[in-house]
Amino acid sequence: MPSPPVQLQHYGLIPEFRNIMTSTSQPRKFDRVLPSTLTAYHEFVQEVLTALQGYGWSAEILFGVHMALEESISNAVRHGNKHDPSKSVHVECELSNKRFYARITDEGSGYDPTEVPDCCNEENLEVPGGRGLALIRAYMTSVEHCDNGKCVVLERILD
Amino acid sequence: MMNRIEFSESSSVSVIRFKDQKIIDPETIQELGEELFSLVEDGKRQKLILNFANVEFLSSAALGKLITFEKKAKRSGAKLILSNIAPEIYQVFTITNLDKLFTIKDNEADALAVL
Repeated sequence: MPSPPVQLQHYGLIPEFRNIMTSTSQPRKFDRVLPSTLTAYHEFVQEVLTALQGYGWSAEILFGVHMALEESISNAVRHGNKHDPSKSVHVECELSNKRFYARITDEGSGYDPTEVPDCCNEENLEVPGGRGLALIRAYMTSVEHCDNGKCVVLERILD
Repeated sequence: MMNRIEFSESSSVSVIRFKDQKIIDPETIQELGEELFSLVEDGKRQKLILNFANVEFLSSAALGKLITFEKKAKRSGAKLILSNIAPEIYQVFTITNLDKLFTIKDNEADALAVL
């Protein structure tokens, strides 16, 4: 069998599997409980991206989904659970050829997203933190905060 | 020995390149910060080009390190220019308005021209 294209090798996907995935529009669901570390979720994120790639999502859109998941889960670990190993981050995803949906919930005490300083204001340009939320909002079709800020719901719908 | 960056110096200009394609891992980001900061600690390097050619993805935590590096470079009197940024990464800079904080050029030659 000839080697799969480099891009598919990168995502660990063989062409036959990709064909099976793209031939169906059946949605796929993920439900994961992840530990509160900044390294434990990377494999899961890659799994989601691979699945979306299988539905035919472009590299450009996948970049944005990657960013939104990276920033949401790392926020949950850092600011929500404060790296507490006794706490977890719960991620539920629904994926299809038209829609990416994720609900990320931490076990922290919550926060008010409206109180996060706008990183894009001139006076905050040199502040090292606070850019995650701006990035999440830019790449998603909709972003909703729920349960007193302990949960964030991301949605990206393809036109 | 630098693990996260490689740099070359010709005449008075230092060109820094990232070794990682994805800058996400917290240890990678921490080490990257330390290595970048060490370049401007003694104030001897006055012209710096940070070449992003190898970078495919970076998180907001990595952006934070770059902002701190920019401040340290400025404090040491150095001029810092970013170059060779892929369109997806450049968009990250524009979304966060960091294209206004950093001087960004298309390639090293354009960066050299204004240093």
